[in-house]
Amino acid sequence: MATAAAAPVHPSSYHEENGIWSWLTTVDHKRIGALYLYTAMLWFFVGGFEALLLRMQLHGPNGRVVSAEMYNMLFTMHGTTMVFLVIMPLSAAFFNLLIPLQIGARDVAFPRLNAFSYWVYLFGSLFMNASWLVGAAPDGGWFGYTPLTSDYSPGMNIDFWMLGLQILGVSSLAAAFNFITTIINMRAPGMNFMRMPIFTWMSFVVQFLLVLAFPVITIALVFLQFDRFFGTNFYQTSAGGDPLLWQHLFWIFGHPEVYILILPAFGLVSEVLPTFSRKPLFGYPVMVYSGILIAFLGFGVWAHHMFAVGMGPIADTLFAVTTLLIGIPTGVKIFNWIFTMWGGDLRFTVAMKFAIALVALFTIGGISGIMHASPPADLQQTDTYFIVAHFHYVLFGGSMMGLWAGIYYYYPKFTGRLMSERLGNWHFWLMFIGMNLTFMPMHWAGLMGMPRRTWVFDAGQGLEVFNMMSSYGAYLQAVAVLLGAWNLWRSRTTGAIAGNDPWGGPTLEWSIPSPPPDYNFATIPNVTSRYPMWAAKSPELRTDVPHTGEGERVKSAKELGIPMPNPSIKPLLASGFMTLMFASMLPMHFSTPRPTLAVVGIITFAILMTLTLYSWLLTPLEDAH
Amino acid sequence: MATTAVVSQGHPPTSTGLDHRKVAIWAFIGSECMLFTSLISTYLIYKGRSVTGPFPHEACSPPQCATELPAILDIPVTSASTFVLLMSSLTMVLALAAVENKGMPGWGTGGWLGMGSSKLWLLMTALLGTTFLGFQAYEFTSFVHEGLTIKTNLFGSTFFTLTGFHGAHVTVGVLWLLTLLAIDMRRGLGPKDALLVDISALYWHFVDVVWIVIFTVVYLIQ
Repeated sequence: MATAAAAPVHPSSYHEENGIWSWLTTVDHKRIGALYLYTAMLWFFVGGFEALLLRMQLHGPNGRVVSAEMYNMLFTMHGTTMVFLVIMPLSAAFFNLLIPLQIGARDVAFPRLNAFSYWVYLFGSLFMNASWLVGAAPDGGWFGYTPLTSDYSPGMNIDFWMLGLQILGVSSLAAAFNFITTIINMRAPGMNFMRMPIFTWMSFVVQFLLVLAFPVITIALVFLQFDRFFGTNFYQTSAGGDPLLWQHLFWIFGHPEVYILILPAFGLVSEVLPTFSRKPLFGYPVMVYSGILIAFLGFGVWAHHMFAVGMGPIADTLFAVTTLLIGIPTGVKIFNWIFTMWGGDLRFTVAMKFAIALVALFTIGGISGIMHASPPADLQQTDTYFIVAHFHYVLFGGSMMGLWAGIYYYYPKFTGRLMSERLGNWHFWLMFIGMNLTFMPMHWAGLMGMPRRTWVFDAGQGLEVFNMMSSYGAYLQAVAVLLGAWNLWRSRTTGAIAGNDPWGGPTLEWSIPSPPPDYNFATIPNVTSRYPMWAAKSPELRTDVPHTGEGERVKSAKELGIPMPNPSIKPLLASGFMTLMFASMLPMHFSTPRPTLAVVGIITFAILMTLTLYSWLLTPLEDAH
Repeated sequence: MATTAVVSQGHPPTSTGLDHRKVAIWAFIGSECMLFTSLISTYLIYKGRSVTGPFPHEACSPPQCATELPAILDIPVTSASTFVLLMSSLTMVLALAAVENKGMPGWGTGGWLGMGSSKLWLLMTALLGTTFLGFQAYEFTSFVHEGLTIKTNLFGSTFFTLTGFHGAHVTVGVLWLLTLLAIDMRRGLGPKDALLVDISALYWHFVDVVWIVIFTVVYLIQ
């Protein structure tokens, strides 16, 4: 446990270099994780601000805060931002920070590719949001249904959206190949798959979802791009094409995507609950199998998003049944978390409160999900606020609560300091109350027929009070988020010194100093159990880094003779050129196509990117040793 | 009980014993499978749904088309290009074997010509790939001359996109092979470099296998 007596070691003293250049060229998974975390937090503010404007508009009947056009852009960008620029990258931050530490590795398998993934994400997110600067932010909804996004969207709005998503897809795929390889190939001796920490397991499953789901949306977007830029017929009904093709392809990606969003949070909570219950995770193997089963079934339920299009009774029944089935492994997880806490020695830290909030709120969202798994019920609920309530309970109440639990739990590991519990309690309770105040009334508003994605509602339909509650809840959440961010920022310098293992955690990451040295493990541990830090048989793991007692100076990689990858600017350059290559397609925008400009841009940046990649691949990762 | 392994210097061995790059290329190929599955499924869904010609396997006559248009696919020519691509898989195998066995007794001396020359087989594979691309360029241009572009009908949109994506993959493969050839000419590829050739071979064979599916679905099934 951390004690005030531990000598303060300034976190930054662990890195050999700290200038801005060292961040631009870093290939250290911990630094890349921090970059993901802070960038995603930035977009969390932007996406949250967009949501706040939506709620101000809907505060009362016939609001006039924003125009209808602006409202369309706001809800589209709110959804797109929260899914692709906040929850996925926050999960990626934890993949980066935790996976190598949990499996006892010194870095990921391809450190430079890892940096590339981050820079592509950053540039892709900037590209997508640059649309605001030209007043043409995407406005077709986060799932971009055709023909709304093909024939009926002549502006550049959708061009930014589809090209932005293509760029972000590259980031996710590159990261997924990297983490699959890392987990398969870099586990410490003795760490077989059934000894792997549960967060790493859930992340492993998510990487497979990414690898298999992203190519599908890539192709759907390519078709859309070709339809818009080259006049192809993929979604053109006049040529015999079918706009439903988009819906199928999108949701074959989109439903696995929701598990991509939730499983990392499930993994984090499955780390937090055992530590603060002082009990091993209940039914670890079942937790692993249910995660795999959720992912597997997740590819067979996509059309439940499409009951309203009239697929016929057989398809409706089939997808209703698979959707109900997927509730079973999910329910198993809920029960396992409850049984983990049952009879445990519970400590209600802020991280624990967020974790319990996930269990409770995700259950509510899961139950409303089961309700519209039934096609007749879904036909009443689809496109109403009931659906909005449902997916905010699973994504905000689920993913975001889980990610906040992870942030409070792992912050001391990566900064060396604890976050303030007092501020954290304010943050948690305001967020919890605000969240329920916002999204619970939406169930009623939705069942009373209030449609989604409509910029005003009329007075006298009984919707005023629900919308007012939702709006006040949103303001409360804004305060909560600011408190959380303030806590995150302030604790870097004022938080209590954490020590190696502030919570008494069970897994390998707690055996090394906080923040971890560049090389993570001076000695690669030999793993003999699922919870090495708790195993009575191997107490020596508690001093796994023999060179450093708590508070002692940590030796550098050079002093220990550990080979470290060299920093490189090439991942940043390659991702920059790639983003510019995609951006060069904008002049193909169909109201005034300038193909020459586009072709020149694409070829120029493709050549620059290829040259950078060659230079990257021909430069060894490490100095010869 | 000593539970802490003494591995403080150098890299620990990988968990599977496989090189990272080998694991990653398999994950990549898994992803590529979904990419081509999406393209091929779309082709199949839209098969026979074009409202105007030219059609792949049957003629189009007025009033459906402005003029009489024959079936557009030239199956004998594409069979030849398919044969060329399949042969490139054979030369790829020979290239990998040449790299893996370089310096073994009874294996070639490392000159350009001879069964054991990795340079020869890498070059042959790249040439066969380029020949395939040449066939594709010929096919695309002749289709455009016969009135089928990517805009004409659903067949044009799905055909050019599907085979174009495949052609782009072959192009990347040819560049990869030429890069290996350049390394081979500069410093020689030996058994320690076998992995470099091995992963490119996996990619190359994958692209070949995809073509077998495309050839069957687009050209052979009427």
